[in-house]
Amino acid sequence: MNNKADGALGPQAAYEAFLKQGRFMIQRSKSTGEYVFYPRVCAPSGAQDLEWVEATGRGTVYAATMKRGREGDTSIVLIDLEEGPRMMSTIAGDIDLPIGTKVAARVEGTGEQARVVFDPAQDKEGAQ
Amino acid sequence: MTSLRGKTAIVGLGTAGMGEAPGFSALDLMAQASLAAIEDAGLKLADIDSVFTAMSQHALASMNVVEYLGIKPKFFDSTNVGGSSFEMHLLQATLALEAGLCDTALICYGSNQRTASGKLVSAAEPNWHEVAYQPRHPITAYALAASRHMHEFGTTREMLADVAVSARAWANMNPDAFARGPLTREDVLNSRMISDPLSKLDCCLVTDGAAACILTRADRARDLKQKPVYFLGGAGANWHRSIVAMPDLTVTAASDSGPRAFDMAGVTHSDIDLAMLYDAFTINTILFLEDLGFCPKGEGGRFVQDGRIAPGGGLAVNTNGGGLSCVHPGMYGMFLIAEAVTQIRGDAGERQVADCDVALLHGNGGTLSSQVTSLLGSGNTI
Repeated sequence: MNNKADGALGPQAAYEAFLKQGRFMIQRSKSTGEYVFYPRVCAPSGAQDLEWVEATGRGTVYAATMKRGREGDTSIVLIDLEEGPRMMSTIAGDIDLPIGTKVAARVEGTGEQARVVFDPAQDKEGAQ
Repeated sequence: MTSLRGKTAIVGLGTAGMGEAPGFSALDLMAQASLAAIEDAGLKLADIDSVFTAMSQHALASMNVVEYLGIKPKFFDSTNVGGSSFEMHLLQATLALEAGLCDTALICYGSNQRTASGKLVSAAEPNWHEVAYQPRHPITAYALAASRHMHEFGTTREMLADVAVSARAWANMNPDAFARGPLTREDVLNSRMISDPLSKLDCCLVTDGAAACILTRADRARDLKQKPVYFLGGAGANWHRSIVAMPDLTVTAASDSGPRAFDMAGVTHSDIDLAMLYDAFTINTILFLEDLGFCPKGEGGRFVQDGRIAPGGGLAVNTNGGGLSCVHPGMYGMFLIAEAVTQIRGDAGERQVADCDVALLHGNGGTLSSQVTSLLGSGNTI
């Protein structure tokens, strides 16, 4: 691992730069094949040879809550990505999906507001 | 390995500002509780030569404490693992005392969270990868865990409610408890939903309050005025910080800390007279009953039904009323110790557990993150 700043972005900055381009990227170790999310400098094994790969965007709702507020309800979910890692996200439209529902990712918003959200998988397929 | 079992004992206990203490700062309350604990032990402030503390409103807490109390400790430890800090401090202080680095340890906490802000505030910084989704931590994290437990094991909101109802029944026998009065399962189910499936009454109180205890080596403890409450064992386990990184939302690291603490203490479940389980939310009690081995995984919801953990039930749990109905000033771990000591001394009045010789304390910090189990015992256990 280099110990000089060489202009390369760190994991969080790189992830956010991809998001601004509308891309949902996660990391994978070249040597072990481990997928990593949230982005960091090493995989669970300690491998540091991480490269960025496009997430398939396919996932399953692992846990779900609806945050109740004066401005309305906000869906907050944990999604198990097809590649293995788990992430916090939201179901677009703040709809209530049961645990186990298959979902599909897309990048919502632009610039600093860009974030990964999920729709029910069949809806997305139906729209395509 | 040198056994730490019975090597130290709690010889002084103090509390202050339980509930609401308008006009007092967190440090004022900490000092009141600390001085009460020192007096309870029959000691003087000058006897304190080590400080163990964490505070939700002061990041460098041991510095604030020594300055405020005007002591110059030989040893100090500000380990902050959230609400579980104080169960960890029992272990750390025991190590320092047993090593001869110090002789008389003060473990303390104070907060004026209720009168200062009135909100459940976490001192912990947000996790950058969660910010875009605006979780309301800690509630969101615990709600996610509860949703998964319901999905996997058929746990119901009624079962969660029974945890709150049992805690209130204990609180109704504790004059120091902040939330007293009748509470039914329907009250909990009908209270305002905060983050499904957790309603307002599934969540802990936001109060002020302070507590402190004095720990010293067992040989010295026997010469002091109170009946010693012995440290029997302790262990911590920590697998994650953010809820996204918790390997299985239905299995906490208490499943690791618990067996190691039991092993050090040389006790089994049938020896436990009192279980003090950090109940920041109703799901906590269910998870910890399972992970600490009081019932099989997944059965916690059914375990708490029919008054099993209420007064007169099969297992005395959170006899002060817990974080749900007694006190919860940001971090609650010090109050687990306070109630266990009160019960083992036999000073718990109407809510006294008969022949309370062994108490299990389980502290929780972060979002089901840091888990620390400690066991305390009466002189009969030594």
